[in-house]
Amino acid sequence: MNKFKDIKKIIVEKPLKLDCGQTINNYPLAYETYGKLNGDRSNAIMIFHALTGDQFASGINPITKKDGWWNYALGPGKAIDTDKYFVIASNVIGGCMGSFGPSDINPDTKKPYGTNFPVITINDMVNAQYNLLDYFKIEKLFSVIGGSMGGMQVLQFVSNFPNKSLTAIPIACTASHSAQNIALNELGRQSIMADRNWQDGFYEEQNKQPDKGLAVARMAAHITYLSKAGLQEKFGRKLQERDDLKFSFDADFQIESYLRYQGSVFVDRFDANSYLYITRAMDYFDLTKKFSGNLSKAFEKSNTKFFIISFTSDWLYPTSENRDIVIALNAIGKNVGFVEISSDKGHDSFLLDVQDFLNTVKSFLNTSYKQIR
Amino acid sequence: MKKEFYNIAKLVTQNSKILDVGCGNGDLMKYITENISKDIRGIELSKSNVQKCVEKGLTVIEGNAEKDLKQFPDGSFDFVILSQTLQAFLDPENVLNELLRIGKKAIVSIPNFGHWKVRLHLLFKGTMPITENLPNEWYNTPNLHMCTIKDFENYCKKRDIKINLKNLKFHNFFSELGIFVLEK
Repeated sequence: MNKFKDIKKIIVEKPLKLDCGQTINNYPLAYETYGKLNGDRSNAIMIFHALTGDQFASGINPITKKDGWWNYALGPGKAIDTDKYFVIASNVIGGCMGSFGPSDINPDTKKPYGTNFPVITINDMVNAQYNLLDYFKIEKLFSVIGGSMGGMQVLQFVSNFPNKSLTAIPIACTASHSAQNIALNELGRQSIMADRNWQDGFYEEQNKQPDKGLAVARMAAHITYLSKAGLQEKFGRKLQERDDLKFSFDADFQIESYLRYQGSVFVDRFDANSYLYITRAMDYFDLTKKFSGNLSKAFEKSNTKFFIISFTSDWLYPTSENRDIVIALNAIGKNVGFVEISSDKGHDSFLLDVQDFLNTVKSFLNTSYKQIR
Repeated sequence: MKKEFYNIAKLVTQNSKILDVGCGNGDLMKYITENISKDIRGIELSKSNVQKCVEKGLTVIEGNAEKDLKQFPDGSFDFVILSQTLQAFLDPENVLNELLRIGKKAIVSIPNFGHWKVRLHLLFKGTMPITENLPNEWYNTPNLHMCTIKDFENYCKKRDIKINLKNLKFHNFFSELGIFVLEK
Protein backbone atom coordinates (compact mmCIF):
# COMPACT_ATOMS: atom_id res chain seq x y z
CA MET A 1 0.00 0.00 0.00
CA ASN A 2 1.47 3.27 -1.08
CA LYS A 3 0.43 5.39 1.85
CA PHE A 4 2.61 3.18 4.05
CA LYS A 5 5.67 3.68 1.86
CA ASP A 6 7.53 5.89 4.31
CA ILE A 7 6.76 4.20 7.59
CA LYS A 8 9.21 1.89 9.34
CA LYS A 9 8.80 -1.80 8.83
CA ILE A 10 10.75 -5.02 8.82
CA ILE A 11 10.11 -7.83 6.41
CA VAL A 12 10.10 -10.98 8.49
CA GLU A 13 11.71 -13.74 6.48
CA LYS A 14 11.52 -16.37 9.18
CA PRO A 15 8.45 -18.54 8.62
CA LEU A 16 5.72 -18.22 11.23
CA LYS A 17 3.37 -21.10 11.71
CA LEU A 18 0.03 -19.60 12.63
CA ASP A 19 -2.38 -21.24 15.08
CA CYS A 20 -4.78 -21.86 12.18
CA GLY A 21 -2.19 -24.11 10.58
CA GLN A 22 -1.02 -21.86 7.74
CA THR A 23 2.57 -20.66 7.58
CA ILE A 24 3.50 -17.14 6.57
CA ASN A 25 6.89 -15.71 5.71
CA ASN A 26 8.36 -12.60 4.13
CA TYR A 27 5.59 -10.56 5.69
CA PRO A 28 5.82 -6.90 6.70
CA LEU A 29 5.69 -5.83 10.34
CA ALA A 30 5.33 -2.08 10.77
CA TYR A 31 6.79 -0.48 13.87
CA GLU A 32 7.80 2.80 15.44
CA THR A 33 10.33 3.54 18.14
CA TYR A 34 10.66 6.28 20.75
CA GLY A 35 13.72 7.23 22.77
CA LYS A 36 17.22 5.80 22.43
CA LEU A 37 18.54 2.33 23.05
CA ASN A 38 21.34 2.55 25.62
CA GLY A 39 24.83 1.06 25.30
CA ASP A 40 24.13 -2.25 27.02
CA ARG A 41 20.67 -2.52 25.41
CA SER A 42 18.98 -2.80 28.77
CA ASN A 43 16.42 0.00 28.54
CA ALA A 44 14.06 -1.40 25.91
CA ILE A 45 10.34 -1.55 26.45
CA MET A 46 7.90 -3.13 24.06
CA ILE A 47 4.39 -1.76 24.09
CA PHE A 48 1.41 -3.49 22.55
CA HIS A 49 -1.60 -1.68 21.16
CA ALA A 50 -5.29 -2.36 21.64
CA LEU A 51 -7.89 -3.35 19.04
CA THR A 52 -7.86 -0.15 17.00
CA GLY A 53 -4.43 1.17 17.96
CA ASP A 54 -1.26 1.08 15.91
CA GLN A 55 2.47 1.64 16.18
CA PHE A 56 2.11 5.42 16.42
CA ALA A 57 1.62 5.55 20.16
CA SER A 58 3.03 9.01 20.75
CA GLY A 59 3.40 12.26 18.84
CA ILE A 60 1.43 12.71 15.62
CA ASN A 61 0.40 9.72 13.59
CA PRO A 62 1.85 10.48 10.11
CA ILE A 63 -0.94 8.62 8.31
CA THR A 64 -4.00 9.95 10.16
CA LYS A 65 -2.40 13.23 11.30
CA LYS A 66 -4.03 12.63 14.68
CA ASP A 67 -2.41 12.40 18.12
CA GLY A 68 -0.86 9.08 19.02
CA TRP A 69 -3.15 6.89 21.11
CA TRP A 70 -0.89 6.87 24.17
CA ASN A 71 0.25 10.47 24.23
CA TYR A 72 -0.69 10.79 27.89
CA ALA A 73 1.52 7.91 28.96
CA LEU A 74 4.39 7.88 26.50
CA GLY A 75 6.89 10.62 25.80
CA PRO A 76 9.74 12.60 27.32
CA GLY A 77 9.27 12.87 31.11
CA LYS A 78 5.97 10.99 30.97
CA ALA A 79 4.96 7.75 32.70
CA ILE A 80 6.86 5.74 30.11
CA ASP A 81 9.71 8.19 29.88
CA THR A 82 11.30 8.22 26.43
CA ASP A 83 14.22 10.26 27.79
CA LYS A 84 15.07 7.15 29.74
CA TYR A 85 13.69 4.18 27.87
CA PHE A 86 13.79 2.92 24.31
CA VAL A 87 10.23 2.06 23.36
CA ILE A 88 9.28 -0.23 20.50
CA ALA A 89 5.68 -0.24 19.31
CA SER A 90 4.56 -2.40 16.46
CA ASN A 91 1.37 -2.73 14.50
CA VAL A 92 -0.14 -6.19 14.98
CA ILE A 93 -0.41 -8.58 12.07
CA GLY A 94 -3.98 -8.47 10.84
CA GLY A 95 -3.91 -4.70 11.33
CA CYS A 96 -4.18 -1.92 8.81
CA MET A 97 -1.25 0.37 9.51
CA GLY A 98 1.43 -1.26 7.42
CA SER A 99 1.72 -4.75 8.93
CA PHE A 100 0.64 -7.88 7.11
CA GLY A 101 -3.13 -7.59 6.99
CA PRO A 102 -6.25 -8.42 5.00
CA SER A 103 -5.91 -5.40 2.71
CA ASP A 104 -2.46 -6.55 1.55
CA ILE A 105 -2.18 -7.91 -1.97
CA ASN A 106 -2.27 -11.67 -2.19
CA PRO A 107 0.62 -12.56 -4.54
CA ASP A 108 -1.31 -15.54 -5.89
CA THR A 109 -4.37 -13.56 -6.99
CA LYS A 110 -2.83 -10.07 -7.27
CA LYS A 111 -5.87 -8.87 -5.36
CA PRO A 112 -6.29 -7.91 -1.69
CA TYR A 113 -6.60 -10.93 0.59
CA GLY A 114 -9.92 -9.81 2.02
CA THR A 115 -11.41 -12.75 3.91
CA ASN A 116 -8.87 -15.10 2.35
CA PHE A 117 -6.47 -13.70 4.91
CA PRO A 118 -5.72 -16.36 7.53
CA VAL A 119 -7.46 -16.07 10.88
CA ILE A 120 -4.82 -14.92 13.32
CA THR A 121 -4.55 -15.09 17.10
CA ILE A 122 -2.97 -13.08 19.89
CA ASN A 123 -0.31 -15.80 20.01
CA ASP A 124 0.45 -15.24 16.31
CA MET A 125 0.66 -11.48 16.83
CA VAL A 126 3.15 -11.83 19.66
CA ASN A 127 5.24 -14.41 17.82
CA ALA A 128 5.49 -12.02 14.88
CA GLN A 129 6.45 -9.09 17.12
CA TYR A 130 9.14 -11.11 18.82
CA ASN A 131 11.18 -10.70 15.61
CA LEU A 132 11.70 -7.05 16.54
CA LEU A 133 13.87 -8.17 19.47
CA ASP A 134 16.19 -9.91 17.04
CA TYR A 135 16.08 -6.95 14.70
CA PHE A 136 17.20 -4.56 17.45
CA LYS A 137 19.55 -7.20 18.95
CA ILE A 138 17.87 -7.00 22.32
CA GLU A 139 18.62 -9.95 24.53
CA LYS A 140 16.13 -8.99 27.22
CA LEU A 141 13.48 -6.30 27.40
CA PHE A 142 13.16 -4.14 30.47
CA SER A 143 9.39 -4.24 30.21
CA VAL A 144 6.40 -5.28 28.15
CA ILE A 145 3.37 -3.04 28.55
CA GLY A 146 -0.11 -2.90 27.08
CA GLY A 147 -3.75 -2.22 27.84
CA SER A 148 -6.84 -4.11 26.75
CA MET A 149 -5.83 -6.34 23.81
CA GLY A 150 -2.33 -4.97 24.42
CA GLY A 151 -2.51 -6.46 27.91
CA MET A 152 -3.46 -9.82 26.45
CA GLN A 153 -0.35 -9.61 24.27
CA VAL A 154 1.72 -8.84 27.38
CA LEU A 155 0.42 -12.00 29.05
CA GLN A 156 0.98 -14.06 25.92
CA PHE A 157 4.46 -12.64 25.46
CA VAL A 158 5.56 -13.57 28.98
CA SER A 159 4.03 -17.01 28.61
CA ASN A 160 5.72 -17.65 25.24
CA PHE A 161 9.05 -16.06 26.14
CA PRO A 162 9.27 -16.46 29.90
CA ASN A 163 12.62 -14.80 30.41
CA LYS A 164 12.67 -12.16 27.73
CA SER A 165 11.34 -9.33 29.85
CA LEU A 166 12.30 -8.24 33.35
CA THR A 167 8.94 -6.66 34.07
CA ALA A 168 5.43 -6.75 32.64
CA ILE A 169 2.48 -4.41 33.01
CA PRO A 170 -0.79 -5.88 31.74
CA ILE A 171 -3.48 -3.22 32.04
CA ALA A 172 -7.28 -3.55 31.99
CA CYS A 173 -7.25 -6.95 30.37
CA THR A 174 -8.11 -10.58 30.84
CA ALA A 175 -6.47 -13.97 30.43
CA SER A 176 -9.50 -15.36 28.70
CA HIS A 177 -12.17 -13.54 26.66
CA SER A 178 -15.53 -13.80 28.42
CA ALA A 179 -18.88 -14.62 26.82
CA GLN A 180 -19.80 -10.95 27.17
CA ASN A 181 -16.59 -9.87 25.40
CA ILE A 182 -17.24 -12.32 22.57
CA ALA A 183 -20.87 -11.23 22.32
CA LEU A 184 -19.93 -7.57 21.99
CA ASN A 185 -17.33 -8.34 19.34
CA GLU A 186 -19.81 -10.47 17.43
CA LEU A 187 -22.21 -7.54 17.43
CA GLY A 188 -19.55 -5.44 15.73
CA ARG A 189 -18.69 -8.10 13.20
CA GLN A 190 -22.31 -8.72 12.30
CA SER A 191 -22.79 -5.02 11.80
CA ILE A 192 -19.92 -4.96 9.30
CA MET A 193 -21.06 -8.09 7.53
CA ALA A 194 -24.61 -6.77 7.28
CA ASP A 195 -23.37 -3.80 5.27
CA ARG A 196 -24.05 -4.54 1.60
CA ASN A 197 -20.73 -3.00 0.68
CA TRP A 198 -18.86 -5.59 2.66
CA GLN A 199 -19.20 -8.05 -0.25
CA ASP A 200 -18.09 -11.09 1.75
CA GLY A 201 -14.89 -9.26 2.54
CA PHE A 202 -13.86 -8.50 -1.06
CA TYR A 203 -14.99 -4.89 -1.03
CA GLU A 204 -11.66 -3.39 -2.01
CA GLU A 205 -11.46 -5.03 -5.40
CA GLN A 206 -14.93 -3.61 -6.06
CA ASN A 207 -13.97 -0.18 -4.80
CA LYS A 208 -16.54 -0.28 -2.07
CA GLN A 209 -16.24 0.32 1.66
CA PRO A 210 -18.60 -1.05 4.31
CA ASP A 211 -18.40 2.27 6.13
CA LYS A 212 -21.86 2.17 7.66
CA GLY A 213 -21.35 -1.26 9.14
CA LEU A 214 -17.93 -0.37 10.46
CA ALA A 215 -19.22 2.89 11.94
CA VAL A 216 -22.03 1.09 13.80
CA ALA A 217 -19.52 -1.48 15.06
CA ARG A 218 -17.40 1.36 16.39
CA MET A 219 -20.38 3.10 17.97
CA ALA A 220 -21.39 -0.04 19.84
CA ALA A 221 -17.83 -0.74 20.92
CA HIS A 222 -17.27 2.85 21.99
CA ILE A 223 -20.08 2.57 24.54
CA THR A 224 -18.32 -0.41 26.09
CA TYR A 225 -15.17 1.66 26.57
CA LEU A 226 -16.98 4.21 28.74
CA SER A 227 -18.86 3.92 32.00
CA LYS A 228 -22.46 4.67 32.76
CA ALA A 229 -21.47 7.33 35.27
CA GLY A 230 -19.00 8.88 32.84
CA LEU A 231 -21.56 9.03 30.05
CA GLN A 232 -24.21 10.46 32.34
CA GLU A 233 -21.86 13.11 33.63
CA LYS A 234 -20.61 14.14 30.20
CA PHE A 235 -23.85 13.94 28.23
CA GLY A 236 -26.83 13.26 30.47
CA ARG A 237 -29.91 14.08 28.41
CA LYS A 238 -28.37 17.18 26.88
CA LEU A 239 -29.71 18.08 23.46
CA GLN A 240 -27.56 18.62 20.39
CA GLU A 241 -27.75 22.23 19.12
CA ARG A 242 -31.50 22.45 19.60
CA ASP A 243 -33.88 23.70 22.25
CA ASP A 244 -36.31 20.86 22.21
CA LEU A 245 -36.92 17.37 20.85
CA LYS A 246 -37.57 17.30 17.12
CA PHE A 247 -39.80 14.24 17.07
CA SER A 248 -37.64 12.64 14.42
CA PHE A 249 -34.71 10.24 14.23
CA ASP A 250 -32.08 12.91 13.87
CA ALA A 251 -29.46 13.07 16.56
CA ASP A 252 -31.51 14.96 19.15
CA PHE A 253 -29.24 14.02 22.01
CA GLN A 254 -25.60 14.94 22.35
CA ILE A 255 -24.69 11.34 23.05
CA GLU A 256 -26.19 10.32 19.70
CA SER A 257 -24.29 12.97 17.87
CA TYR A 258 -21.10 12.05 19.70
CA LEU A 259 -21.40 8.37 18.81
CA ARG A 260 -22.19 9.16 15.17
CA TYR A 261 -19.13 11.33 15.06
CA GLN A 262 -16.96 8.59 16.62
CA GLY A 263 -18.26 6.15 14.03
CA SER A 264 -17.67 8.48 11.11
CA VAL A 265 -14.09 9.37 11.96
CA PHE A 266 -13.23 5.76 12.69
CA VAL A 267 -13.96 4.57 9.15
CA ASP A 268 -11.39 7.00 7.79
CA ARG A 269 -8.62 5.32 9.68
CA PHE A 270 -9.60 1.70 10.05
CA ASP A 271 -10.20 -1.22 7.77
CA ALA A 272 -13.37 -3.27 8.21
CA ASN A 273 -11.71 -6.62 7.57
CA SER A 274 -8.95 -5.79 10.05
CA TYR A 275 -11.71 -5.13 12.56
CA LEU A 276 -13.12 -8.59 11.91
CA TYR A 277 -9.75 -10.31 12.14
CA ILE A 278 -8.54 -8.54 15.24
CA THR A 279 -11.78 -8.97 17.19
CA ARG A 280 -11.64 -12.65 16.23
CA ALA A 281 -8.12 -12.89 17.62
CA MET A 282 -9.35 -11.38 20.88
CA ASP A 283 -12.26 -13.82 21.08
CA TYR A 284 -9.96 -16.77 20.51
CA PHE A 285 -7.73 -15.57 23.34
CA ASP A 286 -7.74 -17.99 26.23
CA LEU A 287 -4.35 -18.34 27.85
CA THR A 288 -5.60 -21.15 30.07
CA LYS A 289 -6.65 -23.42 27.20
CA LYS A 290 -3.20 -24.87 26.56
CA PHE A 291 -2.81 -25.52 30.27
CA SER A 292 -6.09 -27.36 30.94
CA GLY A 293 -7.64 -24.34 32.58
CA ASN A 294 -4.76 -23.65 34.95
CA LEU A 295 -3.59 -20.10 34.29
CA SER A 296 -0.68 -20.41 36.74
CA LYS A 297 0.94 -22.93 34.43
CA ALA A 298 1.16 -20.28 31.70
CA PHE A 299 3.64 -18.37 33.85
CA GLU A 300 5.45 -21.21 35.59
CA LYS A 301 8.76 -20.74 33.78
CA SER A 302 8.80 -16.97 34.07
CA ASN A 303 10.74 -14.78 36.49
CA THR A 304 9.17 -11.62 35.17
CA LYS A 305 8.06 -9.09 37.76
CA PHE A 306 4.41 -8.29 37.09
CA PHE A 307 2.40 -5.22 37.88
CA ILE A 308 -1.28 -5.52 37.03
CA ILE A 309 -3.62 -2.54 36.84
CA SER A 310 -7.40 -2.38 36.55
CA PHE A 311 -9.96 0.43 36.80
CA THR A 312 -13.00 0.69 39.06
CA SER A 313 -15.43 1.64 36.29
CA ASP A 314 -14.15 -0.76 33.62
CA TRP A 315 -16.96 -3.22 32.97
CA LEU A 316 -15.46 -4.60 29.75
CA TYR A 317 -12.40 -6.08 31.46
CA PRO A 318 -13.44 -5.72 35.09
CA THR A 319 -11.16 -5.83 38.11
CA SER A 320 -12.26 -9.39 38.89
CA GLU A 321 -10.76 -10.66 35.63
CA ASN A 322 -7.53 -8.77 36.22
CA ARG A 323 -7.43 -10.11 39.74
CA ASP A 324 -7.69 -13.67 38.40
CA ILE A 325 -4.28 -13.10 36.82
CA VAL A 326 -2.91 -11.84 40.15
CA ILE A 327 -4.30 -14.91 41.89
CA ALA A 328 -2.78 -17.25 39.31
CA LEU A 329 0.63 -15.63 39.79
CA ASN A 330 0.42 -15.63 43.58
CA ALA A 331 -0.58 -19.27 43.55
CA ILE A 332 2.89 -20.11 42.20
CA GLY A 333 4.75 -17.53 44.26
CA LYS A 334 5.58 -15.17 41.39
CA ASN A 335 6.43 -11.54 41.94
CA VAL A 336 3.23 -9.59 41.29
CA GLY A 337 1.86 -6.22 42.32
CA PHE A 338 -1.68 -5.11 41.70
CA VAL A 339 -3.73 -1.96 42.01
CA GLU A 340 -7.24 -1.02 41.00
CA ILE A 341 -7.28 2.65 40.01
CA SER A 342 -10.34 4.78 40.86
CA SER A 343 -11.69 6.31 37.69
CA ASP A 344 -15.12 6.91 36.21
CA LYS A 345 -13.75 6.88 32.67
CA GLY A 346 -14.42 3.18 32.11
CA HIS A 347 -12.22 0.86 30.11
CA ASP A 348 -10.74 3.83 28.23
CA SER A 349 -9.13 5.06 31.47
CA PHE A 350 -5.77 3.63 30.45
CA LEU A 351 -5.71 5.90 27.39
CA LEU A 352 -6.74 9.05 29.22
CA ASP A 353 -5.32 11.58 31.60
CA VAL A 354 -5.87 9.54 34.76
CA GLN A 355 -3.13 10.77 37.07
CA ASP A 356 -3.18 7.92 39.60
CA PHE A 357 -2.75 5.48 36.76
CA LEU A 358 0.05 7.40 35.08
CA ASN A 359 1.85 7.90 38.40
CA THR A 360 1.60 4.21 39.21
CA VAL A 361 3.11 3.17 35.88
CA LYS A 362 5.85 5.74 36.27
CA SER A 363 6.73 4.69 39.84
CA PHE A 364 6.74 1.02 39.01
CA LEU A 365 8.96 1.45 35.96
CA ASN A 366 11.38 3.86 37.54
CA THR A 367 11.84 1.99 40.80
CA SER A 368 12.18 -1.33 38.95
CA TYR A 369 14.72 0.23 36.62
CA LYS A 370 16.72 1.54 39.57
CA GLN A 371 16.74 -1.93 41.09
CA ILE A 372 18.43 -3.43 38.03
CA ARG A 373 21.02 -0.69 37.57
CA MET B 1 9.24 4.50 61.56
CA LYS B 2 7.19 3.18 64.44
CA LYS B 3 9.17 1.52 67.25
CA GLU B 4 6.93 -1.49 66.92
CA PHE B 5 8.30 -2.08 63.42
CA TYR B 6 11.90 -2.36 64.65
CA ASN B 7 10.72 -4.99 67.09
CA ILE B 8 8.90 -6.90 64.37
CA ALA B 9 11.84 -6.60 61.98
CA LYS B 10 14.10 -8.21 64.60
CA LEU B 11 11.92 -11.31 64.50
CA VAL B 12 12.28 -12.14 60.78
CA THR B 13 15.34 -13.96 59.54
CA GLN B 14 17.80 -12.94 56.78
CA ASN B 15 16.59 -13.54 53.24
CA SER B 16 13.38 -15.20 54.34
CA LYS B 17 10.21 -15.00 52.28
CA ILE B 18 7.79 -12.58 53.91
CA LEU B 19 4.24 -11.33 53.43
CA ASP B 20 3.14 -8.15 55.21
CA VAL B 21 -0.63 -8.25 55.58
CA GLY B 22 -2.06 -4.75 55.80
CA CYS B 23 1.30 -3.25 54.93
CA GLY B 24 0.05 0.36 55.07
CA ASN B 25 2.34 2.85 53.39
CA GLY B 26 5.15 0.30 53.25
CA ASP B 27 7.44 1.67 55.98
CA LEU B 28 8.05 -1.73 57.56
CA MET B 29 8.46 -3.45 54.19
CA LYS B 30 10.95 -0.85 53.08
CA TYR B 31 12.99 -1.28 56.25
CA ILE B 32 13.00 -5.06 55.92
CA THR B 33 13.84 -4.89 52.19
CA GLU B 34 16.81 -2.66 52.85
CA ASN B 35 18.10 -4.44 55.91
CA ILE B 36 16.94 -8.02 56.17
CA SER B 37 15.26 -9.60 53.16
CA LYS B 38 14.38 -8.48 49.67
CA ASP B 39 11.86 -11.27 49.28
CA ILE B 40 8.98 -9.39 50.84
CA ARG B 41 5.62 -8.35 49.52
CA GLY B 42 2.54 -6.71 50.95
CA ILE B 43 -1.20 -6.73 50.73
CA GLU B 44 -3.08 -3.53 51.46
CA LEU B 45 -6.69 -2.39 51.36
CA SER B 46 -6.23 1.34 50.85
CA LYS B 47 -5.57 2.53 47.30
CA SER B 48 -3.57 5.54 48.41
CA ASN B 49 -1.34 3.36 50.58
CA VAL B 50 -0.84 0.98 47.66
CA GLN B 51 0.36 3.96 45.61
CA LYS B 52 2.78 4.92 48.36
CA CYS B 53 4.21 1.40 48.39
CA VAL B 54 4.63 1.45 44.60
CA GLU B 55 6.45 4.76 44.89
CA LYS B 56 8.83 3.08 47.32
CA GLY B 57 9.46 0.33 44.77
CA LEU B 58 7.76 -2.31 46.89
CA THR B 59 5.72 -5.24 45.64
CA VAL B 60 2.19 -4.75 46.83
CA ILE B 61 -1.21 -6.14 45.98
CA GLU B 62 -4.36 -4.16 46.58
CA GLY B 63 -6.61 -6.53 48.41
CA ASN B 64 -8.57 -7.49 51.47
CA ALA B 65 -6.91 -9.89 53.88
CA GLU B 66 -10.26 -11.39 54.82
CA LYS B 67 -10.88 -12.47 51.23
CA ASP B 68 -7.59 -12.52 49.41
CA LEU B 69 -5.27 -14.64 51.54
CA LYS B 70 -6.83 -17.78 50.18
CA GLN B 71 -5.03 -17.31 46.86
CA PHE B 72 -1.70 -18.18 48.48
CA PRO B 73 -0.79 -21.85 48.78
CA ASP B 74 -0.01 -23.50 52.13
CA GLY B 75 3.35 -22.56 53.60
CA SER B 76 4.22 -20.10 50.84
CA PHE B 77 5.97 -17.69 53.20
CA ASP B 78 8.50 -18.07 55.98
CA PHE B 79 6.86 -15.21 57.86
CA VAL B 80 3.51 -13.54 57.58
CA ILE B 81 3.26 -10.26 59.44
CA LEU B 82 0.04 -8.77 60.76
CA SER B 83 0.54 -5.55 62.64
CA GLN B 84 -2.30 -4.21 64.75
CA THR B 85 -5.11 -5.11 62.40
CA LEU B 86 -6.35 -8.44 63.74
CA GLN B 87 -8.89 -6.67 65.94
CA ALA B 88 -10.30 -4.79 62.93
CA PHE B 89 -11.36 -7.83 60.92
CA LEU B 90 -14.92 -9.09 60.81
CA ASP B 91 -13.66 -12.61 61.33
CA PRO B 92 -10.26 -12.47 63.05
CA GLU B 93 -10.32 -16.19 63.73
CA ASN B 94 -10.46 -16.96 60.03
CA VAL B 95 -7.66 -14.47 59.27
CA LEU B 96 -5.49 -16.02 61.96
CA ASN B 97 -6.09 -19.48 60.50
CA GLU B 98 -5.15 -18.19 57.05
CA LEU B 99 -1.97 -16.56 58.36
CA LEU B 100 -0.91 -19.83 59.94
CA ARG B 101 -1.79 -21.76 56.78
CA ILE B 102 0.18 -19.63 54.30
CA GLY B 103 3.03 -18.74 56.66
CA LYS B 104 5.40 -21.13 58.38
CA LYS B 105 5.37 -18.53 61.12
CA ALA B 106 3.04 -15.62 61.78
CA ILE B 107 4.09 -12.44 63.55
CA VAL B 108 1.03 -10.82 65.05
CA SER B 109 0.82 -7.64 67.05
CA ILE B 110 -2.26 -6.45 68.92
CA PRO B 111 -3.09 -3.30 70.83
CA ASN B 112 -3.45 -4.50 74.41
CA PHE B 113 -6.79 -3.69 75.98
CA GLY B 114 -5.41 -4.88 79.29
CA HIS B 115 -2.84 -2.09 79.57
CA TRP B 116 -3.03 -0.20 82.87
CA LYS B 117 -3.89 3.09 81.17
CA VAL B 118 -6.80 1.46 79.41
CA ARG B 119 -7.95 -0.13 82.64
CA LEU B 120 -7.69 3.11 84.59
CA HIS B 121 -9.43 5.09 81.89
CA LEU B 122 -12.43 2.79 81.99
CA LEU B 123 -12.37 2.51 85.75
CA PHE B 124 -12.18 6.20 86.57
CA LYS B 125 -13.66 7.97 83.60
CA GLY B 126 -16.28 5.38 82.78
CA THR B 127 -15.86 6.03 79.05
CA MET B 128 -14.26 3.97 76.29
CA PRO B 129 -10.47 4.26 76.63
CA ILE B 130 -8.53 6.51 74.29
CA THR B 131 -4.77 6.09 74.24
CA GLU B 132 -1.89 6.57 71.80
CA ASN B 133 -2.49 3.13 70.31
CA LEU B 134 -6.27 3.39 70.53
CA PRO B 135 -6.89 6.94 69.33
CA ASN B 136 -10.49 6.61 68.13
CA GLU B 137 -13.85 7.20 69.76
CA TRP B 138 -16.22 4.28 70.21
CA TYR B 139 -18.32 5.43 67.24
CA ASN B 140 -15.53 5.66 64.70
CA THR B 141 -13.05 3.04 65.80
CA PRO B 142 -12.13 0.40 63.23
CA ASN B 143 -11.51 -2.03 66.06
CA LEU B 144 -14.29 -4.59 66.24
CA HIS B 145 -12.65 -7.27 68.36
CA MET B 146 -10.48 -5.75 71.07
CA CYS B 147 -8.63 -8.17 73.32
CA THR B 148 -5.90 -8.21 75.91
CA ILE B 149 -2.56 -9.98 75.76
CA LYS B 150 -3.98 -12.51 78.17
CA ASP B 151 -7.04 -13.08 76.00
CA PHE B 152 -4.84 -13.68 73.01
CA GLU B 153 -2.63 -16.13 74.89
CA ASN B 154 -5.68 -17.99 76.13
CA TYR B 155 -7.06 -18.15 72.62
CA CYS B 156 -3.83 -19.60 71.24
CA LYS B 157 -3.72 -22.18 73.97
CA LYS B 158 -7.30 -23.22 73.22
CA ARG B 159 -6.58 -23.56 69.49
CA ASP B 160 -3.22 -25.33 69.91
CA ILE B 161 -1.36 -22.44 68.35
CA LYS B 162 2.20 -22.40 69.56
CA ILE B 163 3.38 -19.04 70.82
CA ASN B 164 6.97 -19.26 69.77
CA LEU B 165 7.96 -16.00 71.24
CA LYS B 166 6.14 -13.22 72.92
CA ASN B 167 7.89 -10.02 73.51
CA LEU B 168 8.81 -10.74 77.09
CA LYS B 169 9.34 -7.26 78.36
CA PHE B 170 5.70 -6.68 77.63
CA HIS B 171 3.12 -7.89 80.07
CA ASN B 172 -0.58 -7.70 80.12
CA PHE B 173 -0.56 -4.75 82.52
CA PHE B 174 2.41 -2.72 81.36
CA SER B 175 2.56 -3.05 77.61
CA GLU B 176 0.41 -1.20 75.15
CA LEU B 177 1.21 -3.76 72.47
CA GLY B 178 1.59 -7.49 72.38
CA ILE B 179 3.86 -8.97 69.74
CA PHE B 180 3.74 -12.72 69.14
CA VAL B 181 5.45 -15.20 66.88
CA LEU B 182 2.95 -17.95 66.21
CA GLU B 183 3.22 -21.38 64.73
CA LYS B 184 0.59 -24.03 64.14
